[in-house]
Amino acid sequence: MNALSMKAHKRELLLAASIVALIIGVGMRAPVFVTGASLANLLTDSTLLIMLALAQMLVIVTRGVDLSVASNLALSGMAAALLAASNPGLPLPVIVLAAALLGLVLGLVNGYLIGYLDLPAIVVTLGTMSVYRGLVFVLSGGAWVSSHQMPEAFIAFPLTKFLGVTNLVWIAFVVVLAAWYLANHSRFGRDLYAVGNAPSCARYVGIPMAQRLLWTYGISGLVAGVCGYLWVARYAVAYTEIAYGFEFTVIAACVIGGINIAGGTGSVAGAVLGALFLAVIGNALPVVKVSPFWQSALTGAVILIAVLINARDRKKEGRQILPLHLDNHSSPTAPVRSAA
Amino acid sequence: MTATNTTAKPDSPDSPDSPDSPNAGGPAAKSRYTILDQPKLGIKGVLGKWETLLALLFLLAFVTNGMLLEHFLDPYNLADGTFNFSEKALIALPMALLIICREIDISVAGILALSSVAMGLAMNAGFPPASLLFVALATGVACGTLNGVLVTRFGLPAIVVTIGTVSLFRGLASVVLGDKAFTGYPQVMTDWGQGYFFDFIPREFVILLVFAAIFAFVLHATRWGRRIYAIGNNPIAARFSGIEVDRYRMVLFMLTGAMAGLAAFLLTGRIGSTRPNIAMGWELEVITMVILGGVSIAGGAGTIGGVMLAVLTLGTVTYGLSMANIPGIYMTIVIGLLLLVTIALPRLLRGKKVAK
Repeated sequence: MNALSMKAHKRELLLAASIVALIIGVGMRAPVFVTGASLANLLTDSTLLIMLALAQMLVIVTRGVDLSVASNLALSGMAAALLAASNPGLPLPVIVLAAALLGLVLGLVNGYLIGYLDLPAIVVTLGTMSVYRGLVFVLSGGAWVSSHQMPEAFIAFPLTKFLGVTNLVWIAFVVVLAAWYLANHSRFGRDLYAVGNAPSCARYVGIPMAQRLLWTYGISGLVAGVCGYLWVARYAVAYTEIAYGFEFTVIAACVIGGINIAGGTGSVAGAVLGALFLAVIGNALPVVKVSPFWQSALTGAVILIAVLINARDRKKEGRQILPLHLDNHSSPTAPVRSAA
Repeated sequence: MTATNTTAKPDSPDSPDSPDSPNAGGPAAKSRYTILDQPKLGIKGVLGKWETLLALLFLLAFVTNGMLLEHFLDPYNLADGTFNFSEKALIALPMALLIICREIDISVAGILALSSVAMGLAMNAGFPPASLLFVALATGVACGTLNGVLVTRFGLPAIVVTIGTVSLFRGLASVVLGDKAFTGYPQVMTDWGQGYFFDFIPREFVILLVFAAIFAFVLHATRWGRRIYAIGNNPIAARFSGIEVDRYRMVLFMLTGAMAGLAAFLLTGRIGSTRPNIAMGWELEVITMVILGGVSIAGGAGTIGGVMLAVLTLGTVTYGLSMANIPGIYMTIVIGLLLLVTIALPRLLRGKKVAK
């Protein structure tokens, strides 16, 4: 283990420690928070954010960003809900598959535009975000699909317990494993880090960048599609505004997890911990009787503190004579030191 | 480039900043070479320009609407149609400067919400009506300063900082508001928010035009504007050539905050209340306006004229759709598609395969 990865692990340990400290702190004020049921509930609540943050992490590692995840989630979720409502006899796996496929296709559209047409990710996903959100309205005619229209099995699945743990948690667990394998042990994942660290070098060594980007955004879309079904089933309602603004929460989870928005760095553990941290804050506020209106403000403060800490970690060892505002170099470039 | 000692005489006729350029102090010897600021004016250059394309798009949208909708061309209706974009466009102007400068501010709608809340608080505390504008502006500048300090002093990426602060500002606004709303704003705000000059031209639109002219002048005709382009093209080179890069960034963030405060004053006056969902999602609409206006997201390129054309085009389409009784959400599809098509089409038409 070299020094750099030690440093990265230190950051994650710090984050994990602060999550534990937060849980204990809240538990001291309100012991009900640290009961098994409450913690299990917390875990279930955090799963959607964890999955989306993992997919977003892969995107951010390539120096991109996917602002369309929440809209994609809403569109896939609405499609799943309408499909289930109009064909109550359809087996559940077919519906989930449909939502996943729709999400994948929407993600691949992003990927094609960003990878093959070489357009800036932020602009493309800003555009598709509006389009997908509008399509939810077109698809549903602005109407709500509420719980009594959906089949029993459709709603029950996410919260059904298997071996004492909800299906949501199992799915998130599988996604975490898949992301861990993809990021740390596959050629695909390694290529993503190369693309994010030094795009021009990645091109020189023959990494098929367009193809990699296509599938990175495809994966992001796929996860958003699956989460779309899970979201709709979990909350038993589908409407045009579901998950509105959630893309920022997902990016916030990544930022808190130490994933550098400038690309090239980011770990599975970071994304998971970042998402957990936000979920703990969200669940703790009502328990300690703080107005839920504080949640957004606190989230903002946490993001700022997290980026400040991460930036300090990345500070260069060498002294720069002329202070420059460089875009977060993770490695010291030609440290300038006096001979003395 | 001249290899001799002769300094290039700054003789481009349209550069008012030439007295301040670094070599102005030297002997003004005539050089054999001149480096033009911009390509010479020609038919091909004009037609290939983004602004021309946008102007055509604007005309197309205008003519189509005029032919399809019978009351579209009614001057009073047209004048009222400007209400739906004036406030957003006011924020789009400084946002264009920020994006040209390689920064971005996602928190503008949060600043707007917080400024509106601050006005509500000040009003309830008994501030005189006329001072509310300054309350909004001060709040906006304070928020912009926070963004600016985090970006310049701590060297953090603007997109991350402002994603954090948008949550913070909107969160603070909703903490103050709870599930209530501020209403009963003084008449002076109503006058500016929904009033007219000569009973015909909306005041908001006039304010927008005035600010557009100011921003266009600053960006395209002053040393400051040219330096903003320089920073956007290459911040490091700009710093080495003696531009106070961080000061420019700081001022632009503060300016963006101030303009969001002004927009808050107008919007609050127009709708007459402050609610938690005020200006929800505006940040993305504002950024869309700027990008559609031909400002490069990578920085260093773009014009105020382009942004204003994009604003007018989007305004015309929105207004036409609302006259045709099409729900507002269809507008988001149109805006999104417009954005995607306008950036993808040139790339597809050129047909150049990306070497990947």
